[in-house]
Amino acid sequence: MHMINTSEILETLQMIDHQKLDVRTITMGVSLFNCVTDDEKKLCNNVYDRITRQAERLVQVGRDIEREIGVPIVNKRISVTPAALITGAIKNPVKVAKALDDAAKATGVDFIGGYSALVHKAMTEADRRLIESIPEALSVTDFLCSSVNVGSTRAGINMDAVRLMGEAVKHTALATADNGGLGCAKLVVFCNAVEDNPFMAGAFYGPGEGDCAVSVGVSGPGVVKVALEKVKDAPFDEVAETIKRTAFQITRVGQLVAREASRRLGVPFGIVDLSLAPTPAVGDSVAAILEEMGLEVCGAHGTTAALALLNDAVKKGGVMASSHVGGLSGAFIPVSEDIGMIQAAQRGALSLEKLEAMTCVCSVGLDMIAIPGDTPAETIAAIIADEAAIGMVNNKTTAVRVIPAPGKVVGDNVEFGGLLGHAPVIPVRPFSAEPFIRRGGRIPAPLHSLRN
Amino acid sequence: MNEMKKAVISVLGTDRKGIIAQVSRILYENDANILDISQTIVSGLFSMILIADISSEACSFDALKTELDALSDRISVQIRIQRSEIFEAMHQI
Repeated sequence: MHMINTSEILETLQMIDHQKLDVRTITMGVSLFNCVTDDEKKLCNNVYDRITRQAERLVQVGRDIEREIGVPIVNKRISVTPAALITGAIKNPVKVAKALDDAAKATGVDFIGGYSALVHKAMTEADRRLIESIPEALSVTDFLCSSVNVGSTRAGINMDAVRLMGEAVKHTALATADNGGLGCAKLVVFCNAVEDNPFMAGAFYGPGEGDCAVSVGVSGPGVVKVALEKVKDAPFDEVAETIKRTAFQITRVGQLVAREASRRLGVPFGIVDLSLAPTPAVGDSVAAILEEMGLEVCGAHGTTAALALLNDAVKKGGVMASSHVGGLSGAFIPVSEDIGMIQAAQRGALSLEKLEAMTCVCSVGLDMIAIPGDTPAETIAAIIADEAAIGMVNNKTTAVRVIPAPGKVVGDNVEFGGLLGHAPVIPVRPFSAEPFIRRGGRIPAPLHSLRN
Repeated sequence: MNEMKKAVISVLGTDRKGIIAQVSRILYENDANILDISQTIVSGLFSMILIADISSEACSFDALKTELDALSDRISVQIRIQRSEIFEAMHQI
């Protein structure tokens, strides 16, 4: 094996010091199926004990690895079995929400995800109870994240669930109005949700997973941006190659962290998620990468093509660097969490429609977008339906995480703090979709769902 | 298989007397063996990369780091110690 040379060492140090290379998250997935009972109090105790025991050392191990390899590991998180699957025999799922939140606090993690329901085809009574409890659950907890899968390529779109989720988003904003509707930042509506996603707010630990696994989500838009500065004016072939090389390096860091965490925690390694996740810090922006390709501002014509190239090259580069790739794996475009996206929205360059187009070619969807507080629940449901349709037809994960900021109008700024950043309120179409949403039922799965 | 545990120590800051001496004394006292060392000074800025074998049972990464951090504060140069795996992961296929 060759001795690492000085220029390689300096390159890595540059990435850490000046290009914000970090690992976004180590996420421990914990199955809660063995907690199930029809005794509400006992269920909560089981959940709390199971999580605090399994994840007892997670935060400490994360810190140890961070100290030894010298790369920041920004978040430590827990994802659990969708709560609707373990609360079928009790009346009030909010009790479990509190137990999950308490477990997050006891273990010292940054977030816990899995206050979730999978209702892409239909809802059980437990699913419905959970969905209806989301606004309360998110207003009485601090670190809990919630997600609901309302559609899939195989099943179509559950429009009854879409309608309920429009209301859930709206009511969550009102229930957390004191914090600018912050609860909505912890609520994701998916189509084609994945079972091993380590990223919040959409992480849950799917029913097809084992007892426990650790997964890692990488980051590093700043590193890609700086690499592209060196190929100014070069043709796209070279741009794609540069991104691939950089994504490989970033993912190798994720793989190393995942392997170490798995070994030290004595828990199987799940996946590395290849996503490029931005933060509101300067130099950590996905929008800046697109602009580096030659766009005046993110949102200009050409943005969708630039993002398509970026998203594909990240996967091609990353896939060889890890033994198991999974999760969402693609570029994220959360508006409030990306300084370039925030600025583009403030300039009026980034509309909801352009963002929707961008979600056709990248990881996930309409993410961390502040919309006017008086947006009707039916309009939010219609936004969810549009985005789910994109996911269903294109066989990809899409999601909606919008914040109808209470009392705010277009042009106002909403502050979420920390990694969640801040966002200008952007307009939604003023036209009604109320009779459309009222129909309910199910949008049938597309023809290409029949692949057998 | 007992693979060698290696650490990369990087030092960056304004040049002054005794930086190498002090860093290498800490390594010696902690039973780390220097494998490779490269050092340059560009317009008064001192830069050194040192690779050390820290496999010895008497050598603790945390103890080394604590002492190097203290030295870093004392002489106001940036001193960092990292496990070599991070560099190997990023630069080797």
